[in-house]
Amino acid sequence: MKILVCITHVPDTTSKISFSDNNTKLNSAGVQFIIGPYDDYALARAVELKEASGGTVTVLNVGEADTEPTIRKALAIGADDAIRINAFPTDSYFVAQQIAAVAKEGNYDLILMGRESIDFNGGMVHGMVAEMLGLPSVSPVMKLDIDGGKATLSREIEGGKETLELNLPFVAGCQEPIAEWKIPNMRGIMSARTKKLEVREPAQAETKTKLDNYELPAPKGEVKMIDKDNVDELVRLLKNEAKVI
Amino acid sequence: MSVHSAEDSKKTGKRNFNDQFESPDFYAIDDLLTEEHKLVRASIRDFVKKEITPNIEDWCQKAHFPYGIVRKFGDVGAFGPTIPVEYGGGGMDYISYGLIMQEIERGDSGMRSTASVQGSLVMYPIYKFGSEEQRKKYLPKLASGEWLGCFGLTEPNHGSNPGGMLTNFRDMGDHYLLNGAKMWISNSPKADVAVVWAKNEEGRIHGLIVERGMEGFSTPETHGKWSLRASTTGELVFDNVKVPKENLLPNKSGLGAPLMCLDSARYGISWGALGAAMDCYDAARRYSLERIQFDKPIGSFQLVQKKLAEMLTEITKAQLVCWRLGKLMDEGKATTAQISLAKRNSVAIALDIAREARQIHGGMGITGEYPMMRHMMNLESVLTYEGTHDIHLLILGHEITGIPAFK
Repeated sequence: MKILVCITHVPDTTSKISFSDNNTKLNSAGVQFIIGPYDDYALARAVELKEASGGTVTVLNVGEADTEPTIRKALAIGADDAIRINAFPTDSYFVAQQIAAVAKEGNYDLILMGRESIDFNGGMVHGMVAEMLGLPSVSPVMKLDIDGGKATLSREIEGGKETLELNLPFVAGCQEPIAEWKIPNMRGIMSARTKKLEVREPAQAETKTKLDNYELPAPKGEVKMIDKDNVDELVRLLKNEAKVI
Repeated sequence: MSVHSAEDSKKTGKRNFNDQFESPDFYAIDDLLTEEHKLVRASIRDFVKKEITPNIEDWCQKAHFPYGIVRKFGDVGAFGPTIPVEYGGGGMDYISYGLIMQEIERGDSGMRSTASVQGSLVMYPIYKFGSEEQRKKYLPKLASGEWLGCFGLTEPNHGSNPGGMLTNFRDMGDHYLLNGAKMWISNSPKADVAVVWAKNEEGRIHGLIVERGMEGFSTPETHGKWSLRASTTGELVFDNVKVPKENLLPNKSGLGAPLMCLDSARYGISWGALGAAMDCYDAARRYSLERIQFDKPIGSFQLVQKKLAEMLTEITKAQLVCWRLGKLMDEGKATTAQISLAKRNSVAIALDIAREARQIHGGMGITGEYPMMRHMMNLESVLTYEGTHDIHLLILGHEITGIPAFK
């Protein structure tokens, strides 16, 4: 079975986010980058499936050269090889087109990724990729088992979960508890050194959106203490300042 | 990766201070590391957060050695990272080894001791002084954690003076007959294999591999320790133990052989103690900003700032020493005296930092809610084992003057 796992290179959730160039660029100085946590689950499940029934796992990232340490980590976790599309991931549509181009050529049985990235949280790429390839798309997948050419999976739905069966190939957006994150072991890190990381130039693709600027949420205001007997003041503040009533 | 750790503490439901750990790097020493080094550090840090931090307080309070950790250390590759891959090791450089030790000891010195002994004191001599058959027989099983090993040098009456050892073996023709006793041996009660140093009939020191189950060999446990409580310590007793001749390490003899092993282990301790120091410093830094007295965080008072500034200064100096020593180790140029300086310095500053950090925490500092007391008690052993604080001073004195003061 040939599995393609698409990973994002995103700031660690504890990073302090700031912008430069008139709020159009993320200021990456001092920011720790990680494999997107949802992608990390997808990768962990892909490695488990490979360990259980053979095959290969290829990781794919659309990003510039600074994403390579993140890709190496995916190789250390157990992917066999990697492809980096040498382009800044401008928007979901652009990224989906790059993934679709790789997927068409590679003839994969299964295309896994996180349900969404944790930087822009678009959650659209898996659906777009599937559409471009004419394949089914399922998300968010919390359990995935493969038996021959058939997959059984369960996904979260409003107020519950559903269990589905479908034939390979398909595209899945994954989330916990599909697998537990894998910590690379020292042997994995050493073997990642020599695994193939192919850099490809991007396919011709359109960017459908244009970034205007980013904005950080306003800092939280201070707590105001109001005497328990002064209900009028409370009402006035809720009405005029908080504007919630 | 803090994403992971937040999930972990949710799962265990335990309050977990190490989850918020921020590694001090005041002189941008990370710029001296490769991406691979950083991945090694991040991976072991995640491993420690998952496997050690949530449980260590409980293990230490109960003086429980978590034997299950041995296999997990093997899986993650913490045993013998510098041993070549063909023998099950990691084939890594000494900076990686140092970073692994730093991160494990940030979790706990006792856990780091378990890994240090296995890698530097058991696998290293078998690799360095052993025959090809011995390497193939023992190293893969020790690397994977299938077997646990220990190192027998110190004796009840010979600590700083190992050359005076009484443990001895006689050539009986088809085997050796080993007699004597070793003391303060980390891992001994659970060890499958012991690398034991003993004198032959001519008084020459040799290494022998003794296996559990050999008649006359026992490993009584040392109870009642106030230090390294999550690591198991004991004796090795040899009462006419018949050791097969093929178990003698053939490629080096004399006191220099065990001392070479200690060089490797002491190098790891230099980094390890730094990990404990960082953990204490970071806990104190955070606490000083949270704890309010006189209507202000205690971190706004000069005496607390002085403590924190001194801690950061010592950690930064020690980081540079360890990094440089690692480079010298990789080039095969590090001397025993250089290693002595680093081991002695790291452990001493770590112990001071643990005490100061404990003070900043006030009464809270004596509880298991915070790691300082545990690190402090652990470090008392680390200050003494693998060459005491004073002996390392005298090794440096010898280096400077050419005159040994300990003879």
